Amino acid sequence: MCRLFAVTSETPISPMVAINALDIMQEGHDGSGVGLFLRDLGGPFEEIKDAPILSGIFTESGLKRLDMYMMELGFMTKYKISIKIPKTAPPGVPKRDIYLVRAYEYPEEWESLSQETLYDRLLDIRLALRRMGEEKEDMIVFSFWPDVIMIKEIGDPMQVAEYLNLDRKELKARVIMAQGRQNTNYAINLYACHPFFLQGFATMTNGENTAFIPIKEYLLSRRFSGYTGYQSDSEVFTHILHYTMKKLELGIEAYKHVITPLNDEDLGHHPDRGFLGHLKNTCRRLIIDGPNCVIGCLTDHSIFMVQDRKKLRPGVVGGRPGMFAFSSEICGLDAAIPDRDKARDFQPMHLDTVVIGPDRREIDLCRQTEKLPLLH
Amino acid sequence: MPSNRKITPSTLSIKDLPWQILWDKDRCTLCGQCTAVCPVQAIEPAVFRKRIVNTKLNTEAEITDEHTVYYGIRQKTDPAYGCVGCATCQMVCPNDAIIPIRGDEADKLRFHINRGGQPRRRGGRRNNPESLLDRIKFIRISMLTDPALDAGRHEFELRTLLGRVLPPEENLSFLRENGWIPPVREIYPLMIGGMSFGALSPNMWEGLQLGIAYLNEELNMPVRICTGEGGCPPRLLRSRFLKYVILQIASGYFGWDEIIHALPDMKADPCAIEIKYGQGAKPGDGGLLMWHKVNQLIAAIRGVPQGINLPSPPTHQTQYSIEESVAKMIQSMYMATGFRVPVYPKISATSTAMAVLNNLTRNPYAAGLAIDGEDGGTGAAYNVSMNHMGHPIASNIRDAYLTLVAVGKQNEIPLFAGGGIGKTGNLAANAAALIMLGASGVQIGKYVMQAAAGCVGSESDRCNICNLGLCPKGITSQDPRLYRRLDVDDVAQRVVDLFLSFDTELKKIVAPLGRSTTLPIGMSDAIGIDDHHAADRLQIHYVV
Repeated sequence: MCRLFAVTSETPISPMVAINALDIMQEGHDGSGVGLFLRDLGGPFEEIKDAPILSGIFTESGLKRLDMYMMELGFMTKYKISIKIPKTAPPGVPKRDIYLVRAYEYPEEWESLSQETLYDRLLDIRLALRRMGEEKEDMIVFSFWPDVIMIKEIGDPMQVAEYLNLDRKELKARVIMAQGRQNTNYAINLYACHPFFLQGFATMTNGENTAFIPIKEYLLSRRFSGYTGYQSDSEVFTHILHYTMKKLELGIEAYKHVITPLNDEDLGHHPDRGFLGHLKNTCRRLIIDGPNCVIGCLTDHSIFMVQDRKKLRPGVVGGRPGMFAFSSEICGLDAAIPDRDKARDFQPMHLDTVVIGPDRREIDLCRQTEKLPLLH
Repeated sequence: MPSNRKITPSTLSIKDLPWQILWDKDRCTLCGQCTAVCPVQAIEPAVFRKRIVNTKLNTEAEITDEHTVYYGIRQKTDPAYGCVGCATCQMVCPNDAIIPIRGDEADKLRFHINRGGQPRRRGGRRNNPESLLDRIKFIRISMLTDPALDAGRHEFELRTLLGRVLPPEENLSFLRENGWIPPVREIYPLMIGGMSFGALSPNMWEGLQLGIAYLNEELNMPVRICTGEGGCPPRLLRSRFLKYVILQIASGYFGWDEIIHALPDMKADPCAIEIKYGQGAKPGDGGLLMWHKVNQLIAAIRGVPQGINLPSPPTHQTQYSIEESVAKMIQSMYMATGFRVPVYPKISATSTAMAVLNNLTRNPYAAGLAIDGEDGGTGAAYNVSMNHMGHPIASNIRDAYLTLVAVGKQNEIPLFAGGGIGKTGNLAANAAALIMLGASGVQIGKYVMQAAAGCVGSESDRCNICNLGLCPKGITSQDPRLYRRLDVDDVAQRVVDLFLSFDTELKKIVAPLGRSTTLPIGMSDAIGIDDHHAADRLQIHYVV
């Protein structure tokens, strides 16, 4: 089983907080990989919130191809983090040339574009880079988005973090998601490593998605370029979230109604049964069949946790105003936020969606049987 | 027979027949029940001459020569009276003195069963006991990385949708703007397919309806039954139980005068309307109810004269193109029922099914597509149609599903598979395999007749006289002397039994796959087959 940790803090913190939490929970993962998602960045990135940041791993030749490609498009480097890596990698960590975190300035002629178009183009560029990289095996691209950094690597999370020297002052964020990987059914491929990202939405998941193939087929047939990849059965959770919020224009409280709708009896008693019945029927091919605990981050920097209907995966919520965290195990919470009221920790159950908004003042618990907020 | 007696080309011996009657003189009480009950009069009481020669060891003693007679059973060899192997004689025999046994080689009767130039017609199913569906295994067992579920205690929601489901974006926008959203029914994935009132006896029909009503009202299982092409009894049309019924309209339009006239009086909408364009057992051929079965009741319900053959044309005669045949007819049926009832076509499995399906994807009213494979059964058809015409269901349903996936409409047009599901008794396994290949649900007919009423038909040409109305079990007969053998309540009880046991078996299949929240439609990663070509063709795993 994988181990997940997500934290949201009003002051920017180092990713080592999350790495430490994963390390504490190391009995629960096999150290076969780590994925990090940083958002609402602090440090030097604070000043360039709108600049899209490219995160990925490149070979020397891949970097040259990247530079050529970006220059042709008119992107100028605005800021970058230089990760100097020691000569010898820890055991199990492959030798790479460059770990890239680079913020760009948009081409001038893009300034007049609507945000929607801009975001679609960012996605197109990321996918184009991914295709280029897959062709020559010289680039792996995780995200290309304003105010978002992603780092993924094979190996033990703590060793990787030390190796990459992630405890540096220019790398701080208010929202951090981290996953310690348990390598099971898929060969180690960084594109199969959580968290997954698509146009501002990110999720990571614990558990197996037994309905993966029909869901994948459904998403692929939506004819949206971002619904691609699927090296991992968990990537569909990010895409379903994107579909729910961007394509269907519903709120996060509807996400659980899409992936694990109420059974017919509960639905019959729900105040929004008409709407939810239609949602259940029309989104039937997106129903996951868990067991899964999904943790994610929304475009407004809220973080959320959803348990599926079987509630067979661990997930605990705790914190204090200003700093809250989701963790697979309580010991992870203890490591990250020791000064919280532990009596208020709780484990969301099969009907629950937990959301912590960007103000980080309180935990919002949305039970699936409750009335939905007014639809927008 | 004297050695010089004339024989005709169709003079057969008992050995030439597919079934030989074994009769035990010692056990027979000469009660005559077997000869009375034989539906095809294959046996008759007979007088046999017997000579007993008494010789003694003492050669000087007189040898006596005694001529006697005894009474017994004689099997007829006239092709018109060939034994069909139904074994009703054996069932009624108080002393188990008689039984039909299948011949040890291919019969010669088959070459002579076309006397008068009339090819063989029969009921039943394709005479091929093999089943590809039986070879599909469920291979993705949840082990440790994700827990297998408890089929007995876990919560399962194994329902499916019948009706045109709009794309989510469109549906939600119509919901906001009060647009028309096609009717959709949530039903149980195992349906009883179309078997008409007429093909089935009144007792059989009533028993099925009673069982369905019980499953719905008492057990909360939304099982649906299709009427087949023969109309619907007026009282059922005007009852609240109509909501469990799918009304079928086919090319003969039998019974639709009655249905149209009942529309204003309906207390509930029917579940759906199925437009039958084809049938797996006799693809490209119309329905057929032979005159033997068209009695006063059937004639009244169908709106036809008594005692005549009722062949439905192979196509809907008023329509000449797919646009008319499908689009207009679907729309007309929607209009007739106030746009509250899903309308979908049923076709025979065929290599041209994708053309029909592609057309349906562009028709916003089409509520689904039922495809009936070559192993489907029928009450009456030409033997050649049954044995040689048609397309296997597995690859047809898989192609149809993948066609829908390619255009992104796999959730919008549900596919229903029929034909040969459970033909060897493995109902749940076959149904689950088809669902994982892409079917939203399955339709069964023969299985119900076998499990709920004791039909003795088989894939090796046993009985199969449904067309003559001589069904020894009273399932497909319109003769009260025959159908009173079938108790309505017993049939209903068996219908309930079969659905409950199917439900348990289906859970026993999906639970180890880790599925419980939805029916695993299109979960092709879970199935495999031990034939490389079949695996390639179906795009599933090849496992040995």
